[in-house]
Amino acid sequence: MSGPEVDRFLYREAWLLDHGRLDEWLSLFTDDAVYWVPLEANQSEPFTTGSLIYDDRRLLEIRVRQTKHPRAHARVPAPRTVHQVTNVHIVADQGHELTVTSSLVMVEYRNERQRVWGGLVEHRLRRMDGDLRIAAKRVDLINSESELDGIACLF
Amino acid sequence: MPTLSADDIARLVEPDRVHRAVYTYPQVFDLEMERLFGRAWLLLGHESQVRNPGDFFTTRMAREPVIVARHTDGSIHVLVNRCAHRGTTVCESASGTARQFVCPYHGWTYATDGALAVVPFADGYDPPAAGRSDLALARVPRVDGYRGFIFASLAGDGPSLLEFLGHLRTSFDDLVDRAPDGQVEVAGGVFKHTYRGNWKLVLENHNDAVHPAFVHASSIWAAREQPKADGDGYAEIAVRQMLQNGAPAELWEGTGLWAAPYGHSFMGDYHTDDRLVTALDHPVFREYRAALERRVGRETATRILGVSRWNSIVYPSCSFMSQFRQLRIVQPLAVDRTLVSAYSFRLAGAPEQMFRDTVAFANVVNGTGSPVLTDDLEVYERAQHGLTSARSDWVFLGRGRGGDQPDEQRTWRGKSGTSEIHIRNQLEAWVQYMTDEP
Repeated sequence: MSGPEVDRFLYREAWLLDHGRLDEWLSLFTDDAVYWVPLEANQSEPFTTGSLIYDDRRLLEIRVRQTKHPRAHARVPAPRTVHQVTNVHIVADQGHELTVTSSLVMVEYRNERQRVWGGLVEHRLRRMDGDLRIAAKRVDLINSESELDGIACLF
Repeated sequence: MPTLSADDIARLVEPDRVHRAVYTYPQVFDLEMERLFGRAWLLLGHESQVRNPGDFFTTRMAREPVIVARHTDGSIHVLVNRCAHRGTTVCESASGTARQFVCPYHGWTYATDGALAVVPFADGYDPPAAGRSDLALARVPRVDGYRGFIFASLAGDGPSLLEFLGHLRTSFDDLVDRAPDGQVEVAGGVFKHTYRGNWKLVLENHNDAVHPAFVHASSIWAAREQPKADGDGYAEIAVRQMLQNGAPAELWEGTGLWAAPYGHSFMGDYHTDDRLVTALDHPVFREYRAALERRVGRETATRILGVSRWNSIVYPSCSFMSQFRQLRIVQPLAVDRTLVSAYSFRLAGAPEQMFRDTVAFANVVNGTGSPVLTDDLEVYERAQHGLTSARSDWVFLGRGRGGDQPDEQRTWRGKSGTSEIHIRNQLEAWVQYMTDEP
């Protein structure tokens, strides 16, 4: 099951990321949101196993703010990205919250190097004042356990 | 490829500067694999990764793929991961449990001590191949341990592990002594981050007290700008660590920095935050201190918690944070490519919240997507890029030179916490290894 409202939301989110509109992207998240890129395949929780990224709202705000500092060495210039979001499925609909899975292929380019990322994504979307907001986003990269150069992009 | 004589190598390092060839020349790297990583004691891991017979993990020593395995008799062996028949690796898993290692190519089968157990069509060989000791998996000649940490050396002789570690033993003691039940275990996953730069860059950086204010300027600023939060949520550890990187210059200057034989070094701690330092007062740490005191008594607990160290570097293979329960194993992949594997440790008997704090700390200090670590990796790559320039051949390492003082246990103390003594000391050991011709 899918739906045009959810598709539009995910495409909009990808568009904001790909156009560097990170403040607007951040505003999609609820105050209690988490943004999670697990370290291990099938990782069950983020508190006793490390994560490539595990940000609550506070850390996500710091992460976005950091990109604005002139000496954010790994982020100035910002990585350019293209997020391709497909296979969108609404896997649970509890009325006020939806759980949505999708597939992500993202191409990242920075400093003469291009990387391709593949991930399975799960959003928990909350209906607030007639809009959808992100209460949780989890991105399971297929190569999360491999040897990786530093990650300064957002999935 | 031109060969480098001992004199050529010795000329690359001067008292306060080093030639860029040390970071950029492939022939130097080849020699390092043979004379430095091929000889020194390398830290491979911890006993908790091979707790039971048959448990194993795979890693690398210099260019050798190796298996670290616990044999049925309880002994730990380090085996070269290469079938004696046609050279195939006999194990491709990062870790696991095995009764034996079976070559996928022709079924040659090895016990967990490397002995050749089964050879299909064994009678085709003269003498028959089964059980022949000359067809076992090659064993790394020297394996030893200290406080549960597994070390090995590819050289048949050399200093003992205890002699090699010297005063750095006390950093391992510091890590293990902090466990209320006297044991630590690897837990929480492994970050494997790579960068396009020489392996020395990370080991030079870890005790460099000047870099945080510059390399981490953006995360320090971003954390300072963040409104204060109520309570003690998940983010607290990360935010406080980012802020601590912005400690005032006097604090860095006043921090102790010691260099030891064989290229090792350690730095005193610069943390003053009661949510990060176990010796300071916080409800989680009060519970922890009580558990530690129950085992060792109040006086010993006070002594243990009074040890205050940041990074300890055991040259050339690792850098660890005894107080913060983090270990980084450094593996050179090429002259301009390095892998760092970062592990966390759980202190047996400590409150569960402390391990959760350890994981949160690991994410911000060693996480591949960390706002802090990514800037370190970026700067290593820029250093490597800049060193390709032949306009100047020399890297300047003069900070604090002339002020280093001999201290206890064959250590030298830097003039201040911002001395480059640890880098000069690493390069002095480097010359000793590299000019020792076989």
